[in-house]
Amino acid sequence: MSLSRFFRRARWDEERAREMESYLAIEADENVARGMSPDDARAAARRKLGNVTLVREEIYRMNTIGWADSLWQDLRFGVRLLRRTPGFALVAILSLALGVGANAAVFELLNALRLRTLPVSHPEQLAEIRIAGDGPLTGGFDSRHPNLTNPLWELIRDRQQGFSSVFAWSTQDFELSSIGSSRRAEGLWVAGDFFSTLAVHPLIGRLLAAADDQRGCAAPPAIISYGFWQREYGADRAALGRSLTLDGHRYEIVGVTPQEFFGVEVGHTFDVAVPLCAEPFSRPSGRSSLDRRDNWFLAAIGRLKPGWTVERASAQLNAISPATFRDTLPNYGPEDERAYLAFRLGAFPAGTGLSDLRGSYEAPLWLLLATTALVLLIACANLANPMLARATAREREVAVRLALGASRARIVRQMLAESVLIAAVGAAVGAAVAQSLSTTLVSALTTTDDRVFVDVSRDWRVFAFVALVACAACVVFGVVPALRATRTDPAATMKAGGRGSSDSRERFHLRRVLVVAQVALSLVLVIGALLFVQTFRNLMTVDAGFRVDHLLAVQLDVRRAGVPRDRLPALYRRILEETGRQPGIASAAQVRNVPIGGSFSNRDIVIDGVKRNEPTNFNAISERYFQTMGTSLLAGRDFDDRDDERAPRVAIVTESFARVYFGGQNPIGRMFQIDEAPGNPRPSYTIVGLAHDSKYSQLRETFKPLMFVPFAQDPQQPFANLRLVVRSTLPLASVTSEVAAVVREENPAIVVIFRTMEAQVHDSLVRERLMAALSGFFGGLAALIAAIGLYGVLSYTVARRRNEIGIRMALGASRAQVVAMVMREAAILLAIGLVVGAIAALGAGRAASALLFGLTPHDPSTLAASVVSLAVVAVAASYVPAWRASRLEPTEALREE
Amino acid sequence: MPKRGNRPINGEMLQGTLDLLVLRTLAIAPAHGHTIAHVIEHQSDAVLQVEHGSLYPALHRLEDRGWIASFWGTSENNRRARYYRLTPAGRRQLAEQTTRWNDIVRAINRVLKPA
Repeated sequence: MSLSRFFRRARWDEERAREMESYLAIEADENVARGMSPDDARAAARRKLGNVTLVREEIYRMNTIGWADSLWQDLRFGVRLLRRTPGFALVAILSLALGVGANAAVFELLNALRLRTLPVSHPEQLAEIRIAGDGPLTGGFDSRHPNLTNPLWELIRDRQQGFSSVFAWSTQDFELSSIGSSRRAEGLWVAGDFFSTLAVHPLIGRLLAAADDQRGCAAPPAIISYGFWQREYGADRAALGRSLTLDGHRYEIVGVTPQEFFGVEVGHTFDVAVPLCAEPFSRPSGRSSLDRRDNWFLAAIGRLKPGWTVERASAQLNAISPATFRDTLPNYGPEDERAYLAFRLGAFPAGTGLSDLRGSYEAPLWLLLATTALVLLIACANLANPMLARATAREREVAVRLALGASRARIVRQMLAESVLIAAVGAAVGAAVAQSLSTTLVSALTTTDDRVFVDVSRDWRVFAFVALVACAACVVFGVVPALRATRTDPAATMKAGGRGSSDSRERFHLRRVLVVAQVALSLVLVIGALLFVQTFRNLMTVDAGFRVDHLLAVQLDVRRAGVPRDRLPALYRRILEETGRQPGIASAAQVRNVPIGGSFSNRDIVIDGVKRNEPTNFNAISERYFQTMGTSLLAGRDFDDRDDERAPRVAIVTESFARVYFGGQNPIGRMFQIDEAPGNPRPSYTIVGLAHDSKYSQLRETFKPLMFVPFAQDPQQPFANLRLVVRSTLPLASVTSEVAAVVREENPAIVVIFRTMEAQVHDSLVRERLMAALSGFFGGLAALIAAIGLYGVLSYTVARRRNEIGIRMALGASRAQVVAMVMREAAILLAIGLVVGAIAALGAGRAASALLFGLTPHDPSTLAASVVSLAVVAVAASYVPAWRASRLEPTEALREE
Repeated sequence: MPKRGNRPINGEMLQGTLDLLVLRTLAIAPAHGHTIAHVIEHQSDAVLQVEHGSLYPALHRLEDRGWIASFWGTSENNRRARYYRLTPAGRRQLAEQTTRWNDIVRAINRVLKPA
């Protein structure tokens, strides 16, 4: 049967009708010729032809695809039903769109972050090369993936056998040229066959090859990304050959990467890529990491040779490990040396790329996906309720059709048509909004320091997921009511008259179960929301040991100022003193690492000749640091300008330091040494002050021992960066211009970057804030939907029991008694729901425990608060139908019968 | 009227048989539905009585398979009628089905009257 016949079956039917009409005419003519009267002739012809309608139906059936035809009928019927109740249709479609959209948005992120492979050819052949297990702990760490040192990488490159090609790369935040202002470009240093291993081809120009990366290269080329090319050069081909200044060094642009290529790091993209041999240009002179055996800043990836598996490559790397680590042994103390020599290299599948976001966001995202799935489930239960009510209303119609011989499957299909339509439209709208939702989510993850880029474009997984979610939703709110509606005994239903029959009681029971489930699930979500909101509040209000308000962190990049290293301390001191003199600035201090700023230092210390196992947190500061930070000095003195490099070495320690190392005794006057590599003297410090505890690397940490030394007495002075903290009495915006003017006065080539301490703390809590906001939103939404569900069921009960309530009132029941009767039913449903929900929440709590701060997932007050708030909302929702029941006029209610 | 002893076969007539008869009828000359029905009835001495209406689904089926083609024409008594003619594919089909039919008849006869 051809499809054109299917679509033109109506025309064909007409054609056949005409054809048979012609038969009748011819036969009647012949009958008349035989002498019949015209009427008789016509009647005889009809008898001869037989049942015309049957014939036409037979031909019509031959022309049609049975199921398609009836499906079309069902869908049209569904559209008609929906148009009769536009309010319900709108609410249903919107709630589904929201549910599907939220689920799809979270899934898109998870997919991009965790599931999707890199957009390169044969990503499954890629494997990461790094140290198995915990990896290095001692030395300097740079970039987001500090897996290898350059000497290690060079040996691995030469000794590995399992890969046809390998490359290493590191990330670098380049300063784009323009005097005085700070503009950043996200850069990659690439070594080895970066682009050819990934099989990335240039959009225009050429890409970097291993030959570009020669030690000591003077004029290395640069590759720019598609995005950077669009942004900075307006996608002009003339960008090739132009020069680009990064960290004050000029590079020639030789190529542009294709649009879909974002590097190998999921969660970030890059602007420029230059050969690793250019690394010294971005470091202060003599501070290149290329020959340093304890500077971890590279990550390596290789493409497996044909026939090699990750396991086999891993075994080969393991075999070369002892010699490789022996040949690159840094100048470590005996313990670190033992640990270093015990390292073993391994290969790990890297088809999905590397990502530092995975560690921090994978668990929250799965949790969010579970949350959005629950919200969708609750919303579906809400849709199932009116569907059930509608099925009950159509009970008689269904009974009649069943009695007339319709098959149950046919009726179920027709009843499903409506829900399928809602699900399809809802899912389509949801999928459309999902993209902008997930883009919003990604931008919420981005902070000043960390530009997050996630390619959330859809692939088959996203579409499969949306389809799956829509089907699941449809089953919940459509199939069950439809099956219920057709499980009816026609005879009983028709006998029962207009009223609901006996088994509608059972159907009503299902609606109660739905409401109990809604209450239970929303309790779980409300508890989750409160846990995350409190976590965020706890972190925002936690005693950090310093005051974040009116505090400014200033970073000065002096690399391009052309100031010799030995004159930097004097320069720093002049800028610091001049800054402190500005009006509106209460105090200013120099600091090596600004707390909660992303960088921190630690040192091994020796007390009474005993080396401590754990490295101790370390910071170098100028005088007035504690005053500026608002941290109280509990005993002893602050540093002052006498504590220079010639003076006896002094230190200030925190309470935790005193408690852990001196058993809580007053540490003032006690000594400790900072451990140095063998052969170097260990400097001794006398403790002159005791400071209140403060947080250092992150707000989540518990107070740890922390020591401060004067800037001039820091054994490893940082050279390229000056960091200041400034406390002002004025709005911070006016202070920044003062500080900028001071620096410009000193040397206009110094780049200044400002951040308020509040913003810095804010940025460090991105994840917590996101979880609090999203779980709060979904928790509230869930509570609202559950309340609507409860309201709906009670309204329905009241409507069904009008008669009974009327009789009760006629017999003397007071309005208060009627209210109590309805509320009792609500209370029972609510109580069961809350108990089930509380048990479920206790079970589910473990999943969230790692993300909480300052409370356990089983926090009793949170549980109590959630139960109470949900109960209040539910009682308020139930009171409306109860009150309405009590206003019933008994005479009216009874007359209706 | 059917002759005595020759009871008409209808309704249960095998579908394939009707197709064969239609093809055979059209092999002589193009005809419209009325003619086809009467030709089959007369040529079989009214043993094969087709309910004339049931002819039309068969015609539709044959046309669908491309064995016959149709066109509107004018009948002997000046009525508009839909005419059918055999296509080359239909002619091949007729030959094939005739052979098969003869085979079946021979086979059945062998069973009924063993030599």
